[in-house]
Amino acid sequence: MDAILLQTLNGLDKGSAYALIALGLTLIFGTLGVVNFAHGALFMIGSFCAVTLSRLLTLSFETVDPTKTDFLGNPAKVKTPYVEAWFGPEAGGTIIDWAVPLAIIFAIPVMIAIGYAMERGLIKHFYKRPHADQILVTFGLAIVLQEVIKYFFGANPIPTPAPEVFKGSFDFGMLIGMDANAVIYPYWRMVYFFFAALIIGGVFAFLQFTTFGMVVRAGMADRETVGLLGINIDRKFTIMFGIAAAVAGLAGVMYTPINSPNYHMGMDFLVLSFVVVVVGGMGSLPGAVLAGFMLGILESFASMNAIKAIIPGIDQIIIYVVAIVILLTRPRGLMGRKGVMED
Amino acid sequence: MLGIDKKDRNLLVVVAVLALAAPFILNPFPAGSELAQFNAGYPDLMQRFVIFGIFAIGFNILFGLTGYLSFGHAAFLGVGSYSAVWMFKLLSMNVLPAIILSVIVAGLFSLLIGFVSLRRSGIYFSILTLAFAQMSFNLAYSVLTPITNGETGLQLTLNDPRVLGSSATADGSIPVTNLFGLEMRSTYEMEVGAWLFQFNAGYYLCAFIMLAAFYLAMRIFRSPFGMMLRAIKTNQTRLNYTGLNSRPYTLAAFVISGMYAGLAGGLMASMDPLAGAERMQWTASGEVVLMTILGGAGTMLGPVLGAGFIKYFENIFSKINDSVLHGWFAFLPDGMENALVTIVHPFVGKGWHLTLGLLFMAVVIFLPGGLIEGGQRIAKMFKKKKGSSSDDDSEHSPKQAPHVAE
Repeated sequence: MDAILLQTLNGLDKGSAYALIALGLTLIFGTLGVVNFAHGALFMIGSFCAVTLSRLLTLSFETVDPTKTDFLGNPAKVKTPYVEAWFGPEAGGTIIDWAVPLAIIFAIPVMIAIGYAMERGLIKHFYKRPHADQILVTFGLAIVLQEVIKYFFGANPIPTPAPEVFKGSFDFGMLIGMDANAVIYPYWRMVYFFFAALIIGGVFAFLQFTTFGMVVRAGMADRETVGLLGINIDRKFTIMFGIAAAVAGLAGVMYTPINSPNYHMGMDFLVLSFVVVVVGGMGSLPGAVLAGFMLGILESFASMNAIKAIIPGIDQIIIYVVAIVILLTRPRGLMGRKGVMED
Repeated sequence: MLGIDKKDRNLLVVVAVLALAAPFILNPFPAGSELAQFNAGYPDLMQRFVIFGIFAIGFNILFGLTGYLSFGHAAFLGVGSYSAVWMFKLLSMNVLPAIILSVIVAGLFSLLIGFVSLRRSGIYFSILTLAFAQMSFNLAYSVLTPITNGETGLQLTLNDPRVLGSSATADGSIPVTNLFGLEMRSTYEMEVGAWLFQFNAGYYLCAFIMLAAFYLAMRIFRSPFGMMLRAIKTNQTRLNYTGLNSRPYTLAAFVISGMYAGLAGGLMASMDPLAGAERMQWTASGEVVLMTILGGAGTMLGPVLGAGFIKYFENIFSKINDSVLHGWFAFLPDGMENALVTIVHPFVGKGWHLTLGLLFMAVVIFLPGGLIEGGQRIAKMFKKKKGSSSDDDSEHSPKQAPHVAE
């Protein structure tokens, strides 16, 4: 029982990341009809937004502290971040400590701008081209973005810790009356899950309850008619591309404490999130979210020793096996709509 | 002659001459000179040119003719490598059985994957092949370690049985790969003045096989079977309405291109007898896609050109460092020299992937027919200047596929 609970919880955080990336991919696909292979790169750029902010916050100046000496006996140089000098050591320290959550505020405008530029500058010219061309050009773009990040940040993973408050783990088992230490769950992963749920809820609410969202949904259903009604649907779709980029970016920002960002993390997630989108059904937003969580949880169950003992190696391939089975039995995916990307 | 028309025969002859004279052509700069680092005429790199050429020719049979974009072809290359190394371990160091086995195993493997993946088309096909390839890669890394030797990669050891050969040579080292006694690594060096030309046995084996593969691909392109594949690319629905089942044709194309990939993998292992799982990773599949598109999908020569181009830049461009750049721009005033070096620096050396990505994007955006189309456009411009009207070579650059889009 506790093992099952633990694996479900473990699956949730990876599932959240899959769901968020797949949600963005589906938003782009559903609105613009573009298969975006650069989406993983957007996730990666989001992570590096967090890295950049934490570096900016720790920009320091050096002062000579006469009371201390270094090992050679010279007066020691002490680095003080500007932030601490401006806000005092206590408040400044807190700000630096909270760099990752603060990066959310930093990342949203950056990611929307990147998404907007990408759509206007490149993707716009590919609406009429075949999907294979879209795949190829965004694949090329992903390589370029990846190399640019590598040039500025190097090839090694950069650890970016979560705030001190969220370090350590939460004894989930105690809460529901099980033995202590039976089900331990790190705080940050819980934060990630709730954050993902918030974002997903936000996107759905935005689409469901605002006029803008209504127009976008109408455009997804029938782009031409909406255009004929005198609405500039392209403009709205461009904004949706920016929002999709922001969703991927935020998924990346919050993922940094779980997995130190490196320049090719996007590619690693890209393949899986495409599989997620296809399993959920091309163009279906609830399908993407559902499939994201489902595959995340399945993956974590498959990595249990009890299951690995029966079928060795299943943890490595479970997602692909599920994808192949789904694609062959339910070609539209779990919740795919009729008429979207049919052969 | 050979069952091909004059134009194709000329193309074949050109490719043959280029391949056989490669040690001269790729070595234009005298050894020890400033430009010697741009020489590509050393065996290791030349072997890679032709091996990846074979890989890309095979990929082009699938993608160029039928329009099915596979993102998992590296899996067949990896399987081919593994089977070849196993042949070296168990049978003998002769490359012939190894290559034959790798082609057969890759063919069977691609039959299996193709049978399942080809039930869908368009992006679903891409994702399915991607999923299969990633699955093979993950399995090779983890559970299949007894067969693949996991992260270390499959290598030859002194205790391998090698039934028809010997486990170890007289001086106690691992025997080298050979073709009936002709060692693959044996190289004849010819010094002409300041130039040093290297003729490597392994390279020539690869080159001959590549020519055979090229000829076979040419025959496939011009055959009724090839026409059928083009019909699938142009309009599969219409083909179905005429009462034809297209799946056997696509499956045949998939298996043939899988066998080409296996052949490339087997050759790779024959030149350097080890095989690692990273050859199967999806980025490796992406590389062959890059090669084919960059050269020109659907053309005969394009994929070979693309493969050579990417491998050349991977090996040569990546060697350009700051001091070389300073050497180039030394004739400029100091400030300008430094500025130029700073601008160029991110694009060369370790950053050559950035150049590749940009170049690839430019090709996809502006030249969907690849380098071949670029060449044709330039040729056309010259023809127009002469005043003669030029005819479109539609045979060599078929129209972009609408079918992949649906």
